Amino acid sequence: MTTVLELENISKHFGAIRALDDVSLALNAGDVVGLVGDNGAGKSTLVKIIAGNFPPSGGTVKIAGKTETLTSPADARSKGIEIVYQDLALADNLTAAANIFLGREKTNRFGVLDYKGMYQRAGELFTELKSETRPRDLVRRMSGGQRQAVAIARTRLSDPKIVLMDEPTAAISVRQVAEVLALIHRLKEQGIAVILISHRIPDIFAVCDRLVVLRRGTKVGDKRVADSSPEEVTGLITGAIERA
Amino acid sequence: MSAIDTTLKDAIGMQTNKGILAWLLSRQVFWIFLATVVACIALSVLTDSFDTPRNIYNVSRNFAFVGIIALGMTAVIICGGIDLSVGSTVLISAMVTTMTMHWGAPLWIGLPAGIAAGTLVGLINGFLIAYAGMQPFVVTLGMMSIARSLGMVLSNNQLISSFGPDSKLLFAVGGGAINIGTVPIPTPVVVLVVLAIITAFLFRWTRWGRYLYAIGGNEKAAILTGVPVRLVKLSVYAFVGFLASVTGFLELGWLGTVSTGLGNGMELTVIAATVIGGANLAGGIGTAFGAVIGAALIEVIRNSLILLGVSTFWHGTFVGTFIVLAVAFDRLRDKETGE
Repeated sequence: MTTVLELENISKHFGAIRALDDVSLALNAGDVVGLVGDNGAGKSTLVKIIAGNFPPSGGTVKIAGKTETLTSPADARSKGIEIVYQDLALADNLTAAANIFLGREKTNRFGVLDYKGMYQRAGELFTELKSETRPRDLVRRMSGGQRQAVAIARTRLSDPKIVLMDEPTAAISVRQVAEVLALIHRLKEQGIAVILISHRIPDIFAVCDRLVVLRRGTKVGDKRVADSSPEEVTGLITGAIERA
Repeated sequence: MSAIDTTLKDAIGMQTNKGILAWLLSRQVFWIFLATVVACIALSVLTDSFDTPRNIYNVSRNFAFVGIIALGMTAVIICGGIDLSVGSTVLISAMVTTMTMHWGAPLWIGLPAGIAAGTLVGLINGFLIAYAGMQPFVVTLGMMSIARSLGMVLSNNQLISSFGPDSKLLFAVGGGAINIGTVPIPTPVVVLVVLAIITAFLFRWTRWGRYLYAIGGNEKAAILTGVPVRLVKLSVYAFVGFLASVTGFLELGWLGTVSTGLGNGMELTVIAATVIGGANLAGGIGTAFGAVIGAALIEVIRNSLILLGVSTFWHGTFVGTFIVLAVAFDRLRDKETGE
């Protein structure tokens, strides 16, 4: 097992507020790690540091064993980190294919957009995800689940090492949740490490190997899902259980 | 394997819209185009003077000036902005060309100088909007005032009509025509057609065009996906400034002189043409063809009122009605698709 991501003693302070305090975390290829915690526990701060939105106040980020400074989301992406944002970051007025390729359009050697190639690749990605989404459809006319499929297909365009998913199952139908979870399994099979941020504890238990619990900026739990239980996780999130 | 191939092909080939007819009927620009054609046919029947070569020649040249700028305005509106300074940009670029040629410079210096001045106006707008993060409406409102004022200062309150050694060439370009077969086409119309084709190509087939629509649709998503949002915004205002200065140059050649009122109020006609042509001020929607058709319809309305002997005071009422209809159409279509 190769370690794809290591966070060492990451801290983040906003003025006097300690959003994250000395958090360490290691991720192997093919790991699916659930990141849980109450609102304000520091989940999104941690995600934003990994995504390159802002630098940590202290600590180091290592990708594939190399210490990296992530300057922007684009920089993080070029280093193999893909993010599915909670609001999905889709342009409603564009087609599914256009959204997937947004910012990295296929062009021929004269710089002319390669529509055929992009529709083709988008179609393949949707087939791979077993999604009914059609590449030429406008995102404006899509259901929540289809939008999710577009956002997830986008991460598969490059060959990412790490995929961060921010509440992917929060706003979609039950059937689509099963599909998203199946997709996460497929990412895992291909050796991609997934960090899944979710409020839905059952989803974490359905798909993750490990879970990390944050409470008030510190890591209070990091254990295999098989060795834990929803009750214990809830206890760790609320503070009823101090540490595990 | 083959079954999967078929379904994949089906999925890729499928579109939301059923057929060409349904697709056409859902396009605002199609209806505006239809309105323009119907108006032209009606005028040909009702009057003897509309379908004369002379009148068609004048109508097409008149709307070309607005149409050229409307192409740029469409780009600005697609990416969610607005430019109120285009009328003043027309003046300042025409004035710079006028002054340089009046001082004896040849056309090949006067023309680039005017174009550079107009493009610079656009670049300054774009810089303030994209990099300083200021509101497009306010920045270009300020620029509208500044550029017109500078144009006036430059003219020194003279009405200049001598343009040095290349004056004949200048008048020939702006006021002349290019013969296609035996039919003379006004130069501004030829320029409009060429620029419209280029703009349509840029919108549909380049990353730049794709990014305009993405920024107008969801600017935050565009930033997150690594689209160079600031650079695109800067370029789009430079683009409209460039087109406004092309119009300035052509109008100068046509009129043979520049008054400080040149292009006054033109920004509103241009925005009207753009909106009638289907661009959405909320961003993300618009076409180059729509900009041209919108400009054409406005000019056909104006011309028809004159030919039918109706007071031209009615012009605003008709144009305004079409603007409101265009927006109403937008709302209606959104409702049909369940929004």
